[in-house]
Amino acid sequence: MRITVDKNYCKGCGICLSICPKSVYVNSEQRNSFGNLMPEARNRKRCNGCGLCERLCPDGAINVEEEYEAKY
Amino acid sequence: MNRLMERYLRLDYLPTLFCPGCGNGIIQYATIAAIDKLRLRDDIACVSGIGCSSWIPCYFNMDVMHTIHGRALAFAQGLKLARPVKNVLVFTGDGDCLAIGGNHLLHACKRNINLTVIMVNNHIYGMTGGQKSPATPLNCKTKTSSWGTYDEPIQGAELAINLGATYVARWTTAHPVQLQKSIEAGIKHRGLSFIEVISQCPTQSGKSVYGSKDPAYILNYLKENSSIYKEGMEHLEGKIKCGVLWHDNDRLEYIERMKGKIWEYVETKALGGYKQ
Ligand SMILES: Cc1ncc(C[n+]2csc(CCOP(=O)(O)OP(=O)(O)O)c2C)c(N)n1
Ligand code: SF4
Ligand SMILES: [Mg+2]
Repeated sequence: MRITVDKNYCKGCGICLSICPKSVYVNSEQRNSFGNLMPEARNRKRCNGCGLCERLCPDGAINVEEEYEAKY
Repeated sequence: MNRLMERYLRLDYLPTLFCPGCGNGIIQYATIAAIDKLRLRDDIACVSGIGCSSWIPCYFNMDVMHTIHGRALAFAQGLKLARPVKNVLVFTGDGDCLAIGGNHLLHACKRNINLTVIMVNNHIYGMTGGQKSPATPLNCKTKTSSWGTYDEPIQGAELAINLGATYVARWTTAHPVQLQKSIEAGIKHRGLSFIEVISQCPTQSGKSVYGSKDPAYILNYLKENSSIYKEGMEHLEGKIKCGVLWHDNDRLEYIERMKGKIWEYVETKALGGYKQ
């Protein structure tokens, strides 16, 4: 899965950190445009694409997409 | 940014004015997902009152009317009567709908006019700084009840059932998928659909109702303290009763009734003379 957290929209509320059933997100050192600490999808290999973080992110900062690898 | 939100929001208005972790954003996503699934973008008109929750549709790149405090339902009924082809979505808060706009709710439900009302119940007046609302639970210390509240809260969904709304559901922001499905059903339903969403306001109700300002804690609390109601099932005491609480397809809708009356007049009085 390709997971992106947009630093211009993330407000650092921490909902994704706690609701992800596979604990994909961890707190990172990076700061968003509001100056708060941002989550990082470090364990993205575990993601099963349920999309709960997308739905529960109040600011639409998270995007989860199927990753298609070019095989040729 | 999220691909779906990107297509439906006015990007130059963003970021939203909501505090970090506010439930209004979750309701925004659920609404957009419902509209996208039904492919009704051009047939939807949104009306809202005043309050943080009434800012939800203001970021939508669609037809939106941001009106005055408590009068969202009054404006929406006018819009629906003037343009019956539009699907009208109404966004109000608990203060907006139950306190100052209570009278409009009474009449809209009684008429059973074809609107979809999404009432965001965050148990408090969020925008003005945390005053008590009619939906604040017992024993909560707010700005205007510093000794704790001592009147029983109004249950919006049960009130709407009793007033005559024909599709009534209650969800929390911890049930985003079910909320989306209810909004879809509400848009498709002919008659007044009332969807109450228990939402978190970490800034104001966080300190006075839940005792923690952490949005993730409140979401977990809502998830654990709700029970999903199905018809004929017994409700667990002390839990938030979620689910589709009432669905009645038999009651006639207001505009249909009005049209019936007009035709009756046309056939008996206006055209009656010519026919004979
Ligand atoms: C006629 C009028 N009275 C009072 C106000 C002040 N006012 C603005 S928002 C609000 C309360 C909104 O509470 P609610 O509907 O619960 O929305 P929330 O902010 O909690 O989402 C009040 C009393 C106003 N704007 N207009
Ligand atoms: S005051 Fe409450 S309802 Fe208003 S934006 Fe902040 S968290 Fe949301
Ligand atoms: Mg409120």
